[in-house]
Amino acid sequence: MAQALQRALRDAMAEDPSVHVLGEDVGTLGGVFRITDGLAKEFGDDRCTDTPLAEAGILGAAVGMAMYGLRPVVEMQFDAFAYPSFEQLVSHVAKMRNRTGGAMRMPLTVRIPYGGGIGGVEHHSDSSEAYYMATPGLHVVTPATVEDAYGLLRAAIASDDPVVFLEPKRLYWSKARWSPETPAVVGPIGRALVRRSGSSATLITYGPSVPVCLEAAEAARDEGWDLEVVDLRSLVPFDDETVVRSVKRTGRAVVVHEAAGFGGPGGEIAARVSERCFHHLEAPVLRVAGFDIPYPPPMLERHHLPGVDRVLDAVARLQWEAES
Amino acid sequence: MKNSRAPSRIGPAPAGRPVPPYRRGSPAAATLLPEERPFRVFGTPAEAAADPVLLLRLYGGLVRGRRFNTQATALARQGRLAVYPSSTGQEACEVAAAAVLAERDWLFPSYRDSLAVVARGVDPVEALTLLRGDRHTGYDPYRHRVAPLSTPLATQLPHAVGLAHAARLKGDDVVALALVGDGGTSEGDFHEAMNFAAVWRAPVVFLVQNNGFAISVPLAKQSVAPTLAHKAVGYGMPGRLVDGNDVAAVHTVLAGAVERARSGGGPTLVEAVTYRVEAHTNADDATRYREDDEVAAWRAYDPVNLLEGALRDRGLLDDEAAARVAGEAEEMAARLRERMSADPVPDPMELFGHVYAERTGQLEEQARGLRAELDASADAAAAPGRGDAR
Repeated sequence: MAQALQRALRDAMAEDPSVHVLGEDVGTLGGVFRITDGLAKEFGDDRCTDTPLAEAGILGAAVGMAMYGLRPVVEMQFDAFAYPSFEQLVSHVAKMRNRTGGAMRMPLTVRIPYGGGIGGVEHHSDSSEAYYMATPGLHVVTPATVEDAYGLLRAAIASDDPVVFLEPKRLYWSKARWSPETPAVVGPIGRALVRRSGSSATLITYGPSVPVCLEAAEAARDEGWDLEVVDLRSLVPFDDETVVRSVKRTGRAVVVHEAAGFGGPGGEIAARVSERCFHHLEAPVLRVAGFDIPYPPPMLERHHLPGVDRVLDAVARLQWEAES
Repeated sequence: MKNSRAPSRIGPAPAGRPVPPYRRGSPAAATLLPEERPFRVFGTPAEAAADPVLLLRLYGGLVRGRRFNTQATALARQGRLAVYPSSTGQEACEVAAAAVLAERDWLFPSYRDSLAVVARGVDPVEALTLLRGDRHTGYDPYRHRVAPLSTPLATQLPHAVGLAHAARLKGDDVVALALVGDGGTSEGDFHEAMNFAAVWRAPVVFLVQNNGFAISVPLAKQSVAPTLAHKAVGYGMPGRLVDGNDVAAVHTVLAGAVERARSGGGPTLVEAVTYRVEAHTNADDATRYREDDEVAAWRAYDPVNLLEGALRDRGLLDDEAAARVAGEAEEMAARLRERMSADPVPDPMELFGHVYAERTGQLEEQARGLRAELDASADAAAAPGRGDAR
């Protein structure tokens, strides 16, 4: 996936001279995850810029650059290091088009490596998507495959709206390889995909939890469950249509993500599904999420992250009978 | 190549001990420190040399600016504006900021700077929509190259840096001038913007209008720096201290800073020492946090009177000319009053108009809902028997 993201940046920069990459360590080092490797060499320091270490400054400067017609792609080094830039994101990036009655566009992309499972120390594993989802004016997308890593990042950079692009850290080194021949669809943002068809329940998920759900679906087959897995890909806009179509067919749904459950994305998704599919549901919409705790130290994270077993437990609870 | 020379004042290392291989940052310029006292033109030999044409132009700006402030304050009292943060007493900073910029340059105002926005050429009614409450930004930022008024403090400063940087990357000869108050210098974004500007040598000028108070908190509780201009030194850019009520001085210093930025010299921080003679906004009681004597002393050191005195002393202004300028300002105020007397009726569907380039499905649904509500209430209003006690 790291390779696909890097390729997407390179292709976007080659095609459009207004695309500029900026962030801490993105130049000479090529980013701590090497996503921007070689870009400064190929396009120069002015197109791929090592900035002072200041997230609000990086994003704030990107706002000014976007005002002047550039397409900045900002790298925030880790999820929890993006918080200093939150005011710029919420007060300006998300609102500029609205504040100016459409006169000022904010075609910028904020890339944030997010989520756990890589043994990082604290402040390196947050799943912060709910904060961004709760901010009108932002798009929020997250890829789970190398094809989507490429296609969604190209779409994000090409979008005239600001996009928070969440990169699941633990999928950076997934076994799937990117090659230029890999089919990649650079479509509009906002479409979910059925990653696996099934008939007995729908797992609604995204980002780092997609492989977990696919594995759970395989395991559940032995128990006689034929699970459908919907990869949202985009949290904002939300693809109600694909989700609702799936749940109406299967009659059961579990939302799976590693962000904390309380006030998390799953609550919103479960509510939307319940409102739209109530008469088709055989059981309440369930959530499998991270615990409602600050991200734990690495030696405990495996207990926190929703894994295959927890997903299967939830599926078992879908065999639900109303209490009399 | 690595710089392995330790700073000399540490002295020679003891024999056999390793020497710390310090790497130094950029070499410091020698002239970064601000002046001891604010730079002034009026009352100094420079006064006689000041350009009469420029002074008369600035005079028109100050008189109109003062009238704009009193008119807008009156509109706020009448409920025509939701709120008005007056810049009375600070007109010299506002007018000079707009006057030093070329057409291609950009102005980044804060919420108290509608006067600078108007002086830049933006329609006064459009400049006031934020405070009136019908739109966040009533003007097209690209038309006069004025960013939207920023309400969060100092967050517009990194925008100015980014825009100036982008312009330079594109080879454009553009300078950004950003306005901020004394309170805003305590914000993190102020620091980050200054640092980015210096590191990138961005063509930016930061103008701090030090008006003494952040709402009610006096400067002494805001910062213990010798002056706010001193803050520039740590970033490696010059800090200039100027009398903010002396419009000729503010103009001179800002013009120098703009020229420096335009010619590739990098950013400058200018602190203009002035005073907010009115309250923070019409909603605030300034008598709770400051003494009448202090306000009276600053009212006596009024930027409009200061300039008027200088012009009259040099025979550049007589009663007739002053009356003419005052008359023009009065007409401007009358036009503003008249145009602000209409009740704006924003279209409710505008709520969904500019959230995204392409409206999301979620917003489509909500827009349909609001449309239905509006239609239903319109039908109810049109239906016969409305108001019947049923």
